[in-house]
Amino acid sequence: MTAYLLKRLLIGLATLVVASLVVFGVLEILPGDPARLMLGFEATEDAIQALRVEMGLDQPLLWRYLDWVGGLLTLDFGRSYTYSVPVIDLVSERVVVSLPLALIALTLSTAIAIPVGVFSASRRGRPADTISMGAAQVGVAVPNFWFALLLIYVFAVWLRLVPAGGFPGWSAGAWPALKALMLPAVALALPQAAILARVTRSALLEVLGEDYIRTARAKGMPRRTVLWRHALRNAMIPVLTILGLQFAFLLAGTIIIENVFYLPGLGRLVFQAITQRDLIVVESVVMLLVASVIVVNLLVDLSYALVDPRLRVNR
Amino acid sequence: MSLLEIENLSVEIDGTPILRDIDLTIDQGEVMGLVGESGSGKSITALTVMRLLPYAARAAGRVSFNGIDILAASEDQMCALRGDDIGMVFQEPMTALNPVKTIGEQVAEGIRWHTRANRADAEAHARRILDRVGLPESKFPLSCYPHELSGGQRQRVVIAIACALKPKLLIADEPTTALDVVLQKQILELLRDLVDENRMGLLLISHDLAVVTDMADRITVMRHGEVMESGDTARTLSEQVHPYTRQLAQASMHVPVRAKPHGVSGSGEMLLEVKNVSRDYPGRRTSFLRKAEPLRAVDNVSFSMRPGQSTALVGRSGCGKSTLARMILALDKSTAGEIRFTGETLTGKDEAALKPARRNMQVVFQDPYGSFNPRHKVERLVAEPLHLLEKKPNSAERREKVAAALHEVGLSPRDMDKYPHEFSGGQRQRLSIARAIITRPKLVVADEPVSALDVSIRAQILDLFADLNSRLGVAYLFITHDLTVARAITDDVMVMHEGKIVESGRTNDVLDHPQSEAAKALVAAAPDLHRAIARRLQEQG
Amino acid sequence: MTDSTDFRSETFGSFAAKAFANRSFLAGFVITVLIAAMALLSFLWTPYDVTRLIVADRMQAPSAVHLFGTDHFGRDVLSMIMVGARNSIAVALVAVGIGMGIGVPLGCWAAARGGLADEILMRFNDLVFAFPALLSAIMITAIFGPGAVNAIIAIGIFNIPVFARVARAGALSLWPREFILAARAAGKGKALITIEHILPNIANLLLVQGTIQFALGILAEAGLSYLGLGAQPPMPSWGRMLFDAQTRMIVAPYLAIFPGFAIVFTVLGLNLLGDGLSDVLDPKLRRQR
Repeated sequence: MTAYLLKRLLIGLATLVVASLVVFGVLEILPGDPARLMLGFEATEDAIQALRVEMGLDQPLLWRYLDWVGGLLTLDFGRSYTYSVPVIDLVSERVVVSLPLALIALTLSTAIAIPVGVFSASRRGRPADTISMGAAQVGVAVPNFWFALLLIYVFAVWLRLVPAGGFPGWSAGAWPALKALMLPAVALALPQAAILARVTRSALLEVLGEDYIRTARAKGMPRRTVLWRHALRNAMIPVLTILGLQFAFLLAGTIIIENVFYLPGLGRLVFQAITQRDLIVVESVVMLLVASVIVVNLLVDLSYALVDPRLRVNR
Repeated sequence: MSLLEIENLSVEIDGTPILRDIDLTIDQGEVMGLVGESGSGKSITALTVMRLLPYAARAAGRVSFNGIDILAASEDQMCALRGDDIGMVFQEPMTALNPVKTIGEQVAEGIRWHTRANRADAEAHARRILDRVGLPESKFPLSCYPHELSGGQRQRVVIAIACALKPKLLIADEPTTALDVVLQKQILELLRDLVDENRMGLLLISHDLAVVTDMADRITVMRHGEVMESGDTARTLSEQVHPYTRQLAQASMHVPVRAKPHGVSGSGEMLLEVKNVSRDYPGRRTSFLRKAEPLRAVDNVSFSMRPGQSTALVGRSGCGKSTLARMILALDKSTAGEIRFTGETLTGKDEAALKPARRNMQVVFQDPYGSFNPRHKVERLVAEPLHLLEKKPNSAERREKVAAALHEVGLSPRDMDKYPHEFSGGQRQRLSIARAIITRPKLVVADEPVSALDVSIRAQILDLFADLNSRLGVAYLFITHDLTVARAITDDVMVMHEGKIVESGRTNDVLDHPQSEAAKALVAAAPDLHRAIARRLQEQG
Repeated sequence: MTDSTDFRSETFGSFAAKAFANRSFLAGFVITVLIAAMALLSFLWTPYDVTRLIVADRMQAPSAVHLFGTDHFGRDVLSMIMVGARNSIAVALVAVGIGMGIGVPLGCWAAARGGLADEILMRFNDLVFAFPALLSAIMITAIFGPGAVNAIIAIGIFNIPVFARVARAGALSLWPREFILAARAAGKGKALITIEHILPNIANLLLVQGTIQFALGILAEAGLSYLGLGAQPPMPSWGRMLFDAQTRMIVAPYLAIFPGFAIVFTVLGLNLLGDGLSDVLDPKLRRQR
């Protein structure tokens, strides 16, 4: 197992390095001089030049790349051009919005999807299955930002149960903050839950057709017991894969959803930074998001090994 | 009253009748053999007794086990019977165990379920039964996972699960079909001992008449969902009153008539020479730092074949015979050694340089379903090797050649415009052969070409091979685990064991008087209908 | 043994009969044809001209005159949805084309070569999958400027590894099959075998994946244009319409309802079509007890 995990770890690290090259390279070809952008059109040529030196833009490319990576590793992300504050401050201020949002959404989606998928599979072909899978089919087709608009209309405009947007900050207390995250989390979670429920159901049905399920039935165990004891764990492998992919989807989803709800999260930060050409923020946040996707994928690989003993042997 | 009584059992699936009026009884301690070709309804009969039929199936008639009406029993009653009073062993040991649970968990689970024993007691019980089926604790602790076991060992675990609670009836559905002959013998002996120890009834399902004759007190012969004949094993098979029983028995023992083999006696150039050939596969790493020890699939093999010679390559599964065949066909690269074909070296040549050799060397595979691209028509499929010709034939010439090849293997030229799924298994194997001979090769390598076929079809395909050998003078390298096939169709035999050729010579000499341990084990384990019937008759006096 | 009967070749007629007997396929097919017809019709005729702004008619609720109402510039919402369908379909379809056109050859090549080539492809896939697709799409469109073409490229790039993966997995399962070995024994090279034997047998998988990616493409395009990174005004797009609707939702909820329904309906239709296709084309799933 160590060999398997070590291999996955090395691949993850290599991916991270290549990803950093890609991000750095892409932003390097971005048109426009950051120094000029920051100082505006009235700035003198000398002032711009001075700022370029201060930002290290006159250094060779490789040097700047290494400098940037070194900064990332020591959590020194540099200063934002537009906000003129250290990027790390911006990020840490925003991450306390985005991370809880993504975690609540992921928990919600898993908590809904897996029971529904199992329930559907155990009642295959019966009305309960048809209805829940029909609902899932529609759920997959709903864009999360539109679903968010509907939620706002019903729960904020019509029923006035929760705010339509904005974030009071955790300093205002946990409850108001959670209330503000509720609708965004539901909007993110439900379309993902629909996908996950479908995957869970079909993975289970596939496993239920395997020979070892028949062996278990021949031991005298009822169908329901076999489903829980034998089928579910085997069906977890495709479910885990999708769960890993969904994390990346959720991160991307937060960009749109945070815009819908005017939430001051990482997604909104990076979106604004891109439109404002605040390169240093874009680089840092994108790398942070990519790194978290890679870490989640590593966790998924680790959980494969926990679920499937065949991966635990060295190879 | 018998232990199991089946009367007038009929089963339909989705309205299609699968079984019609089946009658069958098994007494306590009796072994009942259920034989028949594929599609005869043997497995469905077994699944009906277990009440594990597919959803769409409807059963009518009477099945009574130990006085319980099985077809009318509730699901709870059936759960109480399954695994406790009735155990079942399945055909495919590789997939019959849950890959994510230890063998201890899987054996103990049924024990706990039925006896409400605590974990420790159930595990102790599981340990005893695993010891009994030949998996001692020292090598096979309860914490083993299925992937750590071989096919034969896994089948022992399945048997342990089925027999853990000493059932009154054991159902074994083709329990050894996926195993090689040596393992087959071991597993059958284990089953027989367990049946004797516990006075179990055994319903043994098999397509192999010799296996059933060896094991069963009485047999039931099925065909197309109906019982053809049933009765005492020795009498049924020695008298062969029913025409279908006779047909089955004769097909099982069929030996094609072979004309004096071509050119074997003549000296001259060798067709194929294999010199010191080895093949390594990268092995599993035992530790992250140590480099993996390579696995040697084929180990320093040398032999040669003359034109027109028919040679068998026999051995247990995993002995390296298919790897050797693939290297001869230049589909796999050898790690060391040289292969020469019609005087030319094959090893180390690229695809273009191999073309002339490939023209003279074709292949027939085991699986008549997987051998054809399902999206192409027969004309295109059979014509595929024409790609090797120097001068590409035009479409009229191509159709002519395909028609001739189809005619050669007993199919009609009209079949050219059909798709492969429109043919039966035997016909598809004829198509495979037509494809193999269309370039008039000097050598055909056949990898288990008849082992997926029913006995009556197998007899016809063996006749076809024999006929083509004498008419076209084509040499065969027959890879088979079935010694009956080797005897029927080949002049010479090579016995392979753990990557090495351990014995070779005239087929009858080697198989009648094997010298090496490996060959002796193979011969001793090979089921033989003649011998089995003789032994039965002798036992009964 | 009969388990390996696999996908069977069949005539188009018998395929069509089987397909239309499948409820999923039928519903998906009807919806997809309707949406496509609507998009095509918009080239010839729409109820109103979507480029003419009639401020006097702004924010009208749905009525017999304007079936789905009008927006804040007085444009007819139904007409805008019809024209917007063009944009959605074109972006998603071309993005699928990019993904297939590059991904399938890559996947087949990796499967045929194996070894290092395969490893490189898989690592490339890991890399692309590490970037949340929408985030990168935002970066790409932000760098090269917003617009339909850049949206296509952004979505298309993320289709490449998806198709590469499907093609590779399908091809890898075919290479050890006996009919491929027979073709190799007939002296055919890897490229020829890929064209003659591999591609026809993975076409099913690719077709099903194609409809899924098409549906995902519609969703992604809607997301990008909602953020203002897709098709630019005055070209109507469904995502943009939703963005415009958001601030006016209290007075005119219908502005958010209809374009949303258009997206859901289209994606639902494509997903049903994909489900139906995979049921009909892949007997392994269809046979599932």
